[in-house]
Amino acid sequence: MDWLTLMIFSPLIGILLLSVQSAERKTVSLTGILATVLPLLLSLVIYTQFHGGGNLGVSHGWISFGNGMFQVNYELGIDGFSLLLILLTTIVSTLSASVAAAQIKQGLKAYFLWFLILEIGMLGVFTAENLILFFIFFEITLVPMFFLIGRWGFVEREKAAYSFLIYNGLGSAILLILFAAIFAKTGTTNIEELKAIMASGEAVSEEFRYGSMLALLVAFGVKLPIVPLHTWMVRVHVHAPIAVVMIHAGILLKIGAYGLINFGLGIFGDQFAKVAPFIAILGLINLLYGAFLAFVQNELKSVFAYSSVSHMGIVLLGVAAMNEAGIQGAIFQTLSHGLIAALLFLLVGIIHQRTHTTKLSSLGGLAKGMPLAAGFLLAAGMASLGLPGMSGFVSEFMAFLGLFETMPWMAAIGTLGIIMTAVYMLRAVLGVTYGKTIKSFTGMYDLTRIEMIPAAALLALIVLIGVYPAIITHTLQLTLESIMPGIGG
Amino acid sequence: MDMETLLSYEWSMMAPEFTILIIATVLSLVDLFTDKKVDRKLFGWFGAAGIGIALIFLFSQIGHEPAMILANTYRLDAFSLSFKILLLIGALLVLLMGVSYEAKGELLYRGEFYYLLMSALLGAMMMASSADLITLFVGLELLSISSYILAGTRKKSTQSNEAAMKYVINGGISSAFTLFGLSYIYGLTGSTNLADISREISNIAPENGLVLLSIAFILTFVGLAFKISTVPFQMWAPDVYQGAPIPVTAFLSVVSKTAGFVIILRVLLSVFPFAQGLEANTSLLQSMMIFISVLAGITMIAGNTIALKQRNIKRLFAYSSIAHAGYLLVPFVAFSEMMFESMWFYLAAYLLMNIGAFAVIQVMSEHSHSEDISIFAGLFYRRPWVAVMMTIFLLSLAGIPGTAGFIGKLNIFIGALFSDPSRYILAAVMMGTTVISYFYYFGVMAQMFMRPSGSAAPIRMPVGVTIAMVFCAAGTITLGLFPGVVLEFFQTQFNFAEMFY
Repeated sequence: MDWLTLMIFSPLIGILLLSVQSAERKTVSLTGILATVLPLLLSLVIYTQFHGGGNLGVSHGWISFGNGMFQVNYELGIDGFSLLLILLTTIVSTLSASVAAAQIKQGLKAYFLWFLILEIGMLGVFTAENLILFFIFFEITLVPMFFLIGRWGFVEREKAAYSFLIYNGLGSAILLILFAAIFAKTGTTNIEELKAIMASGEAVSEEFRYGSMLALLVAFGVKLPIVPLHTWMVRVHVHAPIAVVMIHAGILLKIGAYGLINFGLGIFGDQFAKVAPFIAILGLINLLYGAFLAFVQNELKSVFAYSSVSHMGIVLLGVAAMNEAGIQGAIFQTLSHGLIAALLFLLVGIIHQRTHTTKLSSLGGLAKGMPLAAGFLLAAGMASLGLPGMSGFVSEFMAFLGLFETMPWMAAIGTLGIIMTAVYMLRAVLGVTYGKTIKSFTGMYDLTRIEMIPAAALLALIVLIGVYPAIITHTLQLTLESIMPGIGG
Repeated sequence: MDMETLLSYEWSMMAPEFTILIIATVLSLVDLFTDKKVDRKLFGWFGAAGIGIALIFLFSQIGHEPAMILANTYRLDAFSLSFKILLLIGALLVLLMGVSYEAKGELLYRGEFYYLLMSALLGAMMMASSADLITLFVGLELLSISSYILAGTRKKSTQSNEAAMKYVINGGISSAFTLFGLSYIYGLTGSTNLADISREISNIAPENGLVLLSIAFILTFVGLAFKISTVPFQMWAPDVYQGAPIPVTAFLSVVSKTAGFVIILRVLLSVFPFAQGLEANTSLLQSMMIFISVLAGITMIAGNTIALKQRNIKRLFAYSSIAHAGYLLVPFVAFSEMMFESMWFYLAAYLLMNIGAFAVIQVMSEHSHSEDISIFAGLFYRRPWVAVMMTIFLLSLAGIPGTAGFIGKLNIFIGALFSDPSRYILAAVMMGTTVISYFYYFGVMAQMFMRPSGSAAPIRMPVGVTIAMVFCAAGTITLGLFPGVVLEFFQTQFNFAEMFY
């Protein structure tokens, strides 16, 4: 059974149902949420299949250009890393859909139509086994995001939507040229075949490899984002609807990390090793610059946006370490930040719904009016700053462990970032939860039961990874074994 | 030429052309003798049926051995067949749009509209099939003169008159350029027959003919650039597209443009690959590619950046079609084995997405008597399916995956980077300007999905234009998801080596 195809395109059922349904709010939100549960269930099936040793790969002939000179196949497959990202995607999507059902006021049907298309794109990105297919799904996420931001966002939504579109459009433009060039030079886009070709070291010139590596760094650097390509991402975090930001910070940014690790490291490992110090410097800049800016923001969403920039720096540092611990740390950080960012923005959304503001100066003492929300926010903040026992700690620890082995100086400077993270996180979170109580909010109420579910689920996962990281390494091990030989480590 | 030779020709080769010719003649006569009150829309359906028959003839000819009749002036080969399919399908869709075109009191001469469309189509088909400079030019002029009149058929509209006038003058100048260039070729080789020319031209010693041939190349290309609306002859397009009735605009932007590419390929590829180039062991075509690639780059940049400023949807699409002409020159410049496939596929995709978009534009601008992009405001909430189809066309024009436009672009890229030398700069310009084009294509989509609609009056969806729209949407998606269907047909049925003598 072709589980992967089934899972990727399962949101289509929801799309079809929604497009024939009446626009009544209750049925629409129910269909919308259930439509995201289906891929969630299928991803769990795939998880068990993967661990049961089932063969999940799919390959069919699809397009042939130039009389069969260039053959593009429909090839899907997963490894440990992508499986974990798929699970992250399906989980966060379902939670995000439930948030959307509660918070999106108008045009819920159109919202869910775009949202489900977005989910198809995201699931496809992590399962595609060749570059062209990857690119196709990658681009498919672009269009729904534009509309989700532009139609349902906050004040400057359209500006944010265009900013998203153009930055990511340029990133994918670079990717497309690169993929077409690789295709034209090697005659294949299959990732495994490319790894073999690059390892044999004859087919393509050294310059071409460096060029490709740098192009990948820029293209995925837009997505990750790497400073100075981050401005669009902050704008999106601040102006997009909260449910979309959950997806964006939780999953879409991870495509950058996934691409960098899977293609940058996987295919061009040798070249990647040569520029590793440079990448480590970029990572440091991300980490420290993001943390510093997060400290001076006076708006909760901006704090968390820059915190994402800062945390993605750790991914770069872990990757730059080029050893098992470092890469494992980078992958852990990718997943852990996905969960933490989703939780943080979920809570920001709830706070905004009650108080109609996210300004730090007008928020304070929420622990009194909504103790549960405040508690969750505090917990998420702790996870974000790397409190032991939470997922953030494991990932940061491993990334730095790896980096200390290869570049101790960089790692030493990087640890400053951890301190700064604690400073800005505590400043923002403590101010909101405990600071001076502001009376003007009326009718404030705590988390409802329905809101509890996503928050509790996310926190549970964060703690689970924190105390029992083996749940991830267990799945990841196979992947690392396939990445490591590529970099001669 | 005596009767015997005339009868000995295999006239069935020209069956598609004869069908169109007969339809055009019959329509013009019937129009003359029938009462003014008779609904001329029937002509449209009659014409559509005629094109359908011509298409059947055309498909039955696929696989025909390359052959020439009429003293080697008419040629049937894979090249002409494959492009005539595009021309006929394009004209058929335009005709369906025309049947539904209802701009109030503007289109006074409906009968003329249909048979001039037929004669323009006949000209385009002759261009695809001719193997002689004279017939080529006659075909070109038949297409041009018919389109000049078509552009002016909104007799009471000043814009339409302006469009026709500008079109005639610019067209005349460009024809002069083309003819001047062709006269050099004739002067150097002593023949107007392309087969003879391609034989003769390799004998010309570089020291005698190189300069003249280079001039001939540049003049011919510049003159023909008018038809495909690329730099330096692109400035007529916005005014003419804006002034002409919408079906005519669609015709000019798709069928006429396809014919332009056909004639460029036919003339330049029959003559210049065989001439000695500026350096040893290169052909003149290769030496001149730098010239075309610069023009293609300027075209893409100019088309896409000026489009950003447009509020009038027809003008916006005029600049967009200039940009697409630039993209279409990329495979020609790359000149790889995949050139024909890339160009043909992109033209097919362009045909579907552009005519489809114009069909939606027609419905919307008739509805609100305006051509400002705000006519699309809130369309999704009023006519969701129309908005979805327009989104498909716009995404395809922007080259987003899942649509024909993406596969077309990908095909062009692979061809451009696979050829030797790789055309990285041109590919980068193409991709960069594509991202710029997101601004205006997504701007129209933003109107449909993010703005409140101005009026709630029901939007009328006439039959003809709806058929065209649905066909184009289905085609755009099919070519985007399963391009293999068409690509395989193309690769197995057409052997382009036949094109050379």
